[in-house]
Amino acid sequence: MSKGNLTRRGVLKTGAVAGAGLALPTYLSAQDSGFTNAPTGSTVTLGFNVPQSGPYADEGADELRAYELAVEHLNGEGDGGMLNTFSSKALQGNGILGKKVEYVTGDTQTKSDAARASAKSMIEKDGAVMITGGSSSGVAVAVQALCQEAGIIFMAGLTHSNDTTGKDKKANGFRHFFNSYMSGAALAPVLAANYGTDRKAYHLTADYNWGYTTEEAVKSSTEAMGWETVGTVLTPLTQTDFSSYITPVLQSDADVLVLNHYGGNMVNSLTNAVQFGLRDRIANGKQFEIVVPLYSRLMAKGAGANVKGIFGSTNWHWSLQDEGSKAFVKSFGTKYGFPPSQAAHTCYVQALLYADAVERAGSFAPCAVGEALKDFEFDGMGNGPTLYRGDDHQCFKDVLVVKGKENPTSEFDLLEIVEVTPVDQVTYAPDHPQFAGGQLGSCNNGA
Amino acid sequence: MFGLNKKDGSLLLLVVALVVFAPFLLNPFPESSGWAQFNAGYPDLMQRFVIFGIFAIGFNILFGLTGYLSFGHAAFLGVGSYAAMWMFKLFGMNVLPALALSVVTSGIFAILIGYVSLRRSGIYFSILTLAFAMMSYSLAYSVLATDMDGPDKQGLLQKGLTGGETGLQLTQSDPRIFGAQTTADGNIPVPSLFGLEMRSATELNVGDWVFTFSAGYYFSAVIMLLAFYLSIRIFRSPFGMVLRSIKSNQQRLNYTGMNPRPYMLAAFVISGMYAGLAGGLMAAMDPLAGPERMFWTASGEVVLMTILGGVGTLIGPVLGAGAIKYMENIISKINSDILHSWFAFLPDGLEDIVVTMIYPFIGKGWHLTLGIIFMLVVIFLPGGLVQGGQKLAAMVRRKKTDDTKTATTEPAE
Amino acid sequence: MDAIILQILNGLDKGSAYALIALGLTLIFGTLGVVNFAHGALFMIGAFCAVTLSRLISVSHKVEIPGEVDFLGNQATRDVPYIYSIFGETAGATIIDWAVPLSILLAIPVMILIGVIMERGLIKHFYKRPHADQILVTFGLAIVLQEIIKYFYGANPIPTPAPEAFIGSFDFGALIGFDPGTIIYPYWRLVYFAFAAVIIGAVFAFLQFTTFGMVVRAGMADRETVGLLGINIDKRFTIMFGLAAAVAGLAGVMYAPITSPNYHMGMDFLVLSFVVVVVGGMGSLPGAVLAGFLLGILESFASMREVLDILPGLNQIIIYLVAIVILLTRPRGLMGRKGVMED
Repeated sequence: MSKGNLTRRGVLKTGAVAGAGLALPTYLSAQDSGFTNAPTGSTVTLGFNVPQSGPYADEGADELRAYELAVEHLNGEGDGGMLNTFSSKALQGNGILGKKVEYVTGDTQTKSDAARASAKSMIEKDGAVMITGGSSSGVAVAVQALCQEAGIIFMAGLTHSNDTTGKDKKANGFRHFFNSYMSGAALAPVLAANYGTDRKAYHLTADYNWGYTTEEAVKSSTEAMGWETVGTVLTPLTQTDFSSYITPVLQSDADVLVLNHYGGNMVNSLTNAVQFGLRDRIANGKQFEIVVPLYSRLMAKGAGANVKGIFGSTNWHWSLQDEGSKAFVKSFGTKYGFPPSQAAHTCYVQALLYADAVERAGSFAPCAVGEALKDFEFDGMGNGPTLYRGDDHQCFKDVLVVKGKENPTSEFDLLEIVEVTPVDQVTYAPDHPQFAGGQLGSCNNGA
Repeated sequence: MFGLNKKDGSLLLLVVALVVFAPFLLNPFPESSGWAQFNAGYPDLMQRFVIFGIFAIGFNILFGLTGYLSFGHAAFLGVGSYAAMWMFKLFGMNVLPALALSVVTSGIFAILIGYVSLRRSGIYFSILTLAFAMMSYSLAYSVLATDMDGPDKQGLLQKGLTGGETGLQLTQSDPRIFGAQTTADGNIPVPSLFGLEMRSATELNVGDWVFTFSAGYYFSAVIMLLAFYLSIRIFRSPFGMVLRSIKSNQQRLNYTGMNPRPYMLAAFVISGMYAGLAGGLMAAMDPLAGPERMFWTASGEVVLMTILGGVGTLIGPVLGAGAIKYMENIISKINSDILHSWFAFLPDGLEDIVVTMIYPFIGKGWHLTLGIIFMLVVIFLPGGLVQGGQKLAAMVRRKKTDDTKTATTEPAE
Repeated sequence: MDAIILQILNGLDKGSAYALIALGLTLIFGTLGVVNFAHGALFMIGAFCAVTLSRLISVSHKVEIPGEVDFLGNQATRDVPYIYSIFGETAGATIIDWAVPLSILLAIPVMILIGVIMERGLIKHFYKRPHADQILVTFGLAIVLQEIIKYFYGANPIPTPAPEAFIGSFDFGALIGFDPGTIIYPYWRLVYFAFAAVIIGAVFAFLQFTTFGMVVRAGMADRETVGLLGINIDKRFTIMFGLAAAVAGLAGVMYAPITSPNYHMGMDFLVLSFVVVVVGGMGSLPGAVLAGFLLGILESFASMREVLDILPGLNQIIIYLVAIVILLTRPRGLMGRKGVMED
């Protein structure tokens, strides 16, 4: 296999300036096209900024697989995946606006600084016209702000904090993934149905942005169902042994433990909670229960048998039987030999949605793309009918409530879908208190 | 020249030349060649080179001269960044006041930490500085990030002093008393020097090469050159001599009736202010300040930069900083597709073998390459990269003298 | 009261991990004078010995499940470990269940070997080099080791459960007159505590009561004189390095069921263990153990809600705060000797 050079400038220069000697200096901020990194050759470069080192490296690797698959499908290679089921038919399988899709990759290291450095090099060096990916809200917010400033579209990867499309929303940033509020709203009725409305909940919350919004969301929606919150404790993000946070639960009169943890935090806190026999415990005459608001397959894998029977929510799961999901699982599974994760799904969909928006707008200019994505309604992407709301650039779609599977048949078959919560139940007003405080600002073309 | 001796003067001139022509030197490969991946001459990375250069130069003033190994220097970097961000938020987007506040704040911070930590020496000093930095990190991450005026109000302190995990960012509702809250097109203004935006840049196309000249880079570069010049002066000053004597024999210094503590504290504070300056510049180039800048790995990074380049040498730390940032930003971006394109000239089977062999060391494996380089350098070049350069120069020179020797048949020295 | 007893138990448990790591680190500091930043990586490799063994003994072949298909519509298969066909299904399952304790047998030789290779191949050449060089080379080594683990095992934590027999909790409260169910503690954590106590005791006994230990202690005090006496101190130091690596590795093996091992767990512990060693006092083995337990217990108390309500964020900084206070009041840590690592 051989590919030519992968940079925008490479193409640009060989075409336009070959042998021209000293051309006139051009001001970056005054390109003829009117927006940053306008693709001029026969290709367009997208930037895939995912964690490749650090605790989320495996999730990042799965995102990258999904992006590579998306690029294949956009360029008309492979079986086309969700392009066949996507309700919008603008994409032809001939790249985007006829330009072949190429990509550059970078490592966010799950640190805001590193993620921005990586994104900047994509923008400044490789001429990427869109940045996407990431596996944490801190990084998503940081890169989103950078893209707003640079005049680039940012299609968020896995980011679940309310703030990404709440306090920190930006006109150039778009999120397909669901958020803390939706998790709470979807989970609460299921929890009430299964565990009753007379419950006392104890929250352990990771001491950072996402933890706060998730605690807030789950707390308010379970309290609305009649639950009582008897304790909330913040745990340091760097904590690996949660024993000293679990034992006070034994002393409290709680009968439900909510673990607002993600990734390694959740794996360890859940493992510890099970070690301390919380699942066999009887409190207030009821079976003690544990809830994990946000699940991912990699976390379930890390926690092993401890997840069995534990409720949580997820954006998407490969066992869904709609046409879009089936098509995606088939092409991903055929290429890589195992089913995709929810992170892979959201990234794949984001890449396609961006391409489709460009195609429909007829331009790569961020403002035009933003306009095309605004209040865009689509279907066939695995989550049922979905709306990209213009007020906050958040996707509204069904949310899955899942449960750790009792008898997994393979290392990927760890979660089972309990309920598909309809979109109406998780929709909120743009000025909902949990999301208030930010402004989208106006779209930035970078000029 | 500028009060420097001939050797230092020519070193300074060399550094000036390197810095001024960096956009050319770092972009040696034509855009259309496969090697363009190795070009580092884009604004963000060049800015990082000089900013971390400043950080390492400052660290070297403490560690290289006195031998006191601070393992918490990143705290000053973080404090500098936060200070600059608050300046941007409260007063305006001019970078000079922001940098001034960074330096002052980190200086005060360094006085406090230094006064306590310098009561101990050796590894006890290292652990004290580490402890202070980790406390700063933890507090910035959690307690200082909680809402100060209640979650329902949307005031200035809504995300606390530090902004927590997501970092301290500019918003359109910041007051910016001496500047515009928003630009004409409804966006957040960007840092500038009296109207010259830090992110503006000019491109120069020469044949197949593209060279980018960024305002931010040259601004940082000028500051770095000043910082470098100042560090030469400190190294050569009587003050520098006292610091060196602390390293070689503190007891003897005590016997001569000199109290080394004030000198140590001065060195610590100067070094902390350098770090704060670097932090402020980081915020000026990219307006965001996050707590992970203060994590122990960030402190460890500057230690590694200094040792990698050459402890106690003038130019070493800058080289070390450049080497590590280059690895982080260039090697980590090479993916298997790019590898395949490089080795496409090989027969298919061989190409796959070569790519499979190299693949673990690039892209997501860039940490592995970094670790191996650390080990190789310290094993074979105990004096760091500078020693490598000297060895190379000596080899060239010896070859030359060998030539002259055979001609003149002089006796060996 | 019961809350306090529980936190003391938590503290002892955390403390035993800190103490074990700090013990190995101090052995290397004290005997060899080397700042070993790769010590956390040794702990991590120990934990991965458990992962490796449990993977090795559950190596499986695929058996088709008639009438079922997988997610792509192909024939579904089920993994059946080979060990079932050797020992039968029940015995095989028991062996797999006991993988973590069994891996102690694997970890001891592996860790000693790694330790000896590290010392002979690398560390030996750095005895006379400045601490800065030691830091750089061992830090480089730590990165290389963890990247190798990441290459083979991925970045995700790998669940490594304790044997079925140790799952569940022991009711302490009932033993000492509290209501049943108020003071319970997981069996495996108690095992870990006991295991740590045994290892610490063994190391002390070894140094205190054997001729070998005597020579090493003498070497710690004055290496040159011992060498002049015609004793081959180098060889003994190599063995000490192997021993320290084994202690770190064993700490890691037994820790695997407590938190699922991942490739960067060593780095998570590295800084903490340095703080523990320094608080205990450089070169003092009892100091390292004491500081380990002390910091473990204080950390546990600081994470109580009652404490956090008064001082929010204390759980985040307690260890460092205590380290600062101790170092300012006791210049060489709790039990440090004069002149060790002060230059």
